[in-house]
Amino acid sequence: MNRRAPEPVQVVKERRDAALSELVARVPYISFMGFEFERRGDELTAVMPYRPDLIGNPALPALHGGALAAFLEVTALISLSWTLVWPKIESGETTGVLPKFPKTIDLTIDYLRSGLPRDAYARAEITRAGRRYASVQVEAWQDNRARPIVQATGHFLMPDGASDT
Amino acid sequence: MTADLENKTERARTFVETLPHCQALGMALQSIGQGEAEIAMPYAEKLIGDPDTGVIHGGAVSALMDTCAGAAVMSHPEAGYATATLDLRIDYMRAAKPGATITAHAICYHMTRSVAFVRVSAHDGSSDVPVAAASGAFAVERGSK
Repeated sequence: MNRRAPEPVQVVKERRDAALSELVARVPYISFMGFEFERRGDELTAVMPYRPDLIGNPALPALHGGALAAFLEVTALISLSWTLVWPKIESGETTGVLPKFPKTIDLTIDYLRSGLPRDAYARAEITRAGRRYASVQVEAWQDNRARPIVQATGHFLMPDGASDT
Repeated sequence: MTADLENKTERARTFVETLPHCQALGMALQSIGQGEAEIAMPYAEKLIGDPDTGVIHGGAVSALMDTCAGAAVMSHPEAGYATATLDLRIDYMRAAKPGATITAHAICYHMTRSVAFVRVSAHDGSSDVPVAAASGAFAVERGSK
């Protein structure tokens, strides 16, 4: 039996990272807000590096609730899109890999603690992604993973061509 | 208007106009008082969420609606000295028209000792159907329990 040698790990990583940065770089609002995405295998962690213009309560001080809402929504949208991109890059497709973005139908945000003036992190869990609709839960924390500062659940309309998972 | 209420309106106005994140998004307070507020956010390329269509990102609209709701709470006659969002549910009804200013209008329709209830809608002037609508609960800080 003739088995193909596995691709060098660096090649695989570069292809995945290139697809992720291309996906994120498409959205002007993401770069305006300074959001970044880190990848371990197919798992994404979003980072919102602290900046003074994210403050919503200078007296405390605390992060703006709207900035946190945006952070969670972006995390959910990129994570959902990533599930559409991933199978394509893994099967070696190189062109037309980036899908249209899902559309947010609704988002319910639960503010648990005030956001401190430092970096925040978020991860999304896709509860269900169908051909048309997806349900996503997303949570953000700062210094302590066990003490989330904000969580949200959202529904999204998937772009044409999404498959049931 | 009583001195106290005028004070609340002024505080709410300062709150919106000096907040770093509101300035970053270009928000401008249109009107405020008696538990109602209206804030405009002009279209800007940095706010684009969908590069194919030029439509503003939902996150920017959420920030606008959250700010507007908070301002409405602060201008309510029975407001405390500060407020913070407890929860906000946002429904995105349609894409905002590229190029159009988005205006949010919030009404604080009920206030208890510790919680304020608010409804917000966001319009882009191109249709009677709002771009988005939200309802939320806000914590009311009165300084002592």
